[in-house]
Amino acid sequence: MASQKISLTINGEPVEAEVEARTLLIHFLREERRLTGPHIGCETSHCGACTVDLNGKSVKACTVFAVQADGGDVLTVEGLAKGAELHPLQEGFVEHHGLQCGYCTPGMLTRAYRLLQENPNPSDEEIRMGISGNLCRCTGYQNIVKAIRYAADKINQAEGAEG
Amino acid sequence: MSDTREMTLEEREATIGGIGTARKRKEDARFIRGQGNYVDDIKLPGMLHGDFVRSSHAHALVKSIDTEAALKVPGVLAVVTAKDLEPLNLHWMPTLAGDMAAVLADKKVHFQNQEIAFVVATDRYAATDGVQLVEVEYEALPPLIDPKTALDPGAPVIRDDVAENEEVGQGKRHHPNHIFEWQVGDEAATDAAFEAADITISEDILYPRCHPSPLETCGCVASMDAVNGKLTVYGTFQAPHVIRTVVSLITGLEESKIRIVSPDIGGGFGNKVGAYPGYICAAAASIVTGHPVKWIESRIDNLTSTAFARDYHMTGELAADKDGKILAVRAKVLADHGAFNTHAQPMKWPAGLFNILTGSYDIPVGHVKVDGVYTNKAPGGVAYRCSFRVTEAAYLIERLVDVLAQKTSVDKAEIRLRNFVQPEQFPYKSSLGWEYDSGDYPTALKKVLAAVDYEGLRREQAEKREKGELMGIGISTFTEIVGAGPVRNCDIVGLGMFDSCEIRVHPTGSVIARLGTKSQGQGHETTFAQIIATELGIPSDNITVEEGDTDTAPYGLGTYGSRSTPVAGAATARAARKIREKAKKIAAHVLEASVDDLEWDVDRFKVTGSDLSITMKAIAMAAYSNVPEDMEHGLETTDYYNPPNFTYPFGAYVCVVEIDRFTGDVKVRRFYALDDCGTRINPMVIDGQIHGGLTEAFGIALGQQIIYDETGNVLGANLMDYFLPTAVETPKWETDFTVTPCPHHPIGAKGIGESPNVGGVPAFTNAIVDAFAHLGVTHMPMPHTQGAVWRTLNELSLNK
Repeated sequence: MASQKISLTINGEPVEAEVEARTLLIHFLREERRLTGPHIGCETSHCGACTVDLNGKSVKACTVFAVQADGGDVLTVEGLAKGAELHPLQEGFVEHHGLQCGYCTPGMLTRAYRLLQENPNPSDEEIRMGISGNLCRCTGYQNIVKAIRYAADKINQAEGAEG
Repeated sequence: MSDTREMTLEEREATIGGIGTARKRKEDARFIRGQGNYVDDIKLPGMLHGDFVRSSHAHALVKSIDTEAALKVPGVLAVVTAKDLEPLNLHWMPTLAGDMAAVLADKKVHFQNQEIAFVVATDRYAATDGVQLVEVEYEALPPLIDPKTALDPGAPVIRDDVAENEEVGQGKRHHPNHIFEWQVGDEAATDAAFEAADITISEDILYPRCHPSPLETCGCVASMDAVNGKLTVYGTFQAPHVIRTVVSLITGLEESKIRIVSPDIGGGFGNKVGAYPGYICAAAASIVTGHPVKWIESRIDNLTSTAFARDYHMTGELAADKDGKILAVRAKVLADHGAFNTHAQPMKWPAGLFNILTGSYDIPVGHVKVDGVYTNKAPGGVAYRCSFRVTEAAYLIERLVDVLAQKTSVDKAEIRLRNFVQPEQFPYKSSLGWEYDSGDYPTALKKVLAAVDYEGLRREQAEKREKGELMGIGISTFTEIVGAGPVRNCDIVGLGMFDSCEIRVHPTGSVIARLGTKSQGQGHETTFAQIIATELGIPSDNITVEEGDTDTAPYGLGTYGSRSTPVAGAATARAARKIREKAKKIAAHVLEASVDDLEWDVDRFKVTGSDLSITMKAIAMAAYSNVPEDMEHGLETTDYYNPPNFTYPFGAYVCVVEIDRFTGDVKVRRFYALDDCGTRINPMVIDGQIHGGLTEAFGIALGQQIIYDETGNVLGANLMDYFLPTAVETPKWETDFTVTPCPHHPIGAKGIGESPNVGGVPAFTNAIVDAFAHLGVTHMPMPHTQGAVWRTLNELSLNK
């Protein structure tokens, strides 16, 4: 198989690698970079467990080739916390029991991260629509909505205080 | 702030974070950082990948398998077929139901996507390349898809291997496609009651074939250490110890040379109880190659080959008097088990605990007959977030009670109140053989009716009907039977269904506990620590709970059927109490007091009527330094708990729907769920379990079905076609509770995980049918997809 050099940024760190043209971004992240936060749940872009942030958009890494991320900026769940300091979304998921088995959580968190960039103060209905590409089999979503609401409020308060 | 100030009683209790606390979950810390450790995250040096060649036919002879082209693919090391496994006697495996299942197709295939060959390669891409190039030549056989024709005289014989056998593990059978016949109850008395009754109703109801479909599929990494002769298998196992015993029985390896590890599991819901060909093939490939071998299911593989649920074709009948008092219940069931009987039930119960069919109602007499049959479909029959066929039984009785209400013109809440087992009747012996331990059904239902203003809803419904609008109110007042179970009733491959907990208290007063169960998201690391915290007075935060490693955990039967809290939770409380008994003797020794003068006080023993006391933390140190002369050092124990009975959680649910009469769109306007699971260990976790179970129930009721066409093709086995609700469709849930403690459980707990699935599905169907009840409709087929509801609208010309 033909391989190709790619260079990209992953969670703020520059990365250079050689990948097969057909290698999916999810396999590159999980198996080459050992970033096993994003998961694989369906292979057909329906479940969203593989969601990562690529160039400021949520993408499903199981239907993106690694070469498509060449020159790009990737954020995975591993890049959300700043050292020991959790992202407000991560706090919210713990506070509001927004996870059970944890399998959808990394994709859900990275999707919610982008959602709050797109819409910093979403209504509950907008949150539900915003995460509708991410399936959860355990929580029934209600507590995930609360967790994202918690994070939005916390981020908005902090920005209000700064502003 | 004073460092020396004594904490108040309330502060001490709050510090402990024990039973009843909405404690945040301990396991979350790793999951929110992407640091969980699921099986596909495991990468061992030299690890190979396996993938299956699967059957395109539902029923065919395998004439030849050509592996030549596949073996030329760079990276492909081997293509394993049944012929290769036969010398190891691994081409067939025993199932948990006493049948045999093909590991790799042996001369014929029995269902579409059956495993035919296992391609082993250096990476997953090469394995898939290899799979594409294996050529299988088939000779098609007539497929048998409709279970209603399975027992016809000329029906195609599916299982040639057992065609002549008098039984296939679960009693006598009378046809090559027959698996078992199971009857319970008093047939003659039931028939007589039906003959004499003023009113009888009968309804044919299919609980369709669906699939648990956890977000993580099944998989494993098998690693044979040839030097030490030890096989380690990491995998998605809800019951790791059972898997170890089964692997030992299949491979002949000593159990002491097998280590089964369940790492973090991404949801199970019954899908991950059984043993699958992938596990066997990965283990065999590792033994042969000397390399670790990983097998991970794709979603399509998951939906088409491992562990479907339900597929119960039921005819249910009630006999009653004119006032709707039920006199008898009768059910005949045709159970489609697919090509191999691989359901995972206690082995003495081929139809599981289906005889909980009497539900919450005092029904004097009943009779049930279930026949299991083979068809050319994927094997299974697992309990999808329910205790062994309890959800089928609850669905049937809750539907029948509604039909009876319509026939007798008694209100659907009132008919339930008239028929409930009354609180003073407990312990209650049901006519189908169970002893219900406790319950208070009228209180639960009345609380819910008041909360939703039931009478107001009925008035609103009547007004809407006047205007031609469709509004339905569904009630479900279910009783479950969970916590399998008493060893006299329950075993799997001969193993009694007890469970276990080992507790070690360290010298400085922290704890490690290990159990025979395995969380798949239920939060055991949090909730089992809370039980120990209350029993030992040690803060939950200082208690580590571990599960899933057979080299360290005590033997247990695993997590499914809501059995963890009823069985392993009881073992946990009992183990902690044994430790507290020993601690009391140490306390008496250290305080130089009599044991009889000591009393337990949250986190310490104190001498009655004095200031003298010693905390559990101090006792822990004494256990390793200063024990009475006749006592062993240390502070640890293990408890194996054989429950005296099952537990019987119950609930009362009300669902309100509005249906668009032109499109068939069903809008769930309100869902109010009251659950009684006895003592509540962690209310936050309980609510989470209920939200999740109700969402699964919503999915099942409104959309989930694995459909086969007449030739055995699976129609739509991916997440485009198989309905997993998103956040947009999922209704908002309101939860409530009553507490009727279980009288035979050490802390009074009953289990909660499955109630919302079991009780939720009939609430949805009852609501949807209720919207049409004034038009004489008593039945609508599940799942209630928009198309299916539209067909009812169209038949009734309501969409005109």
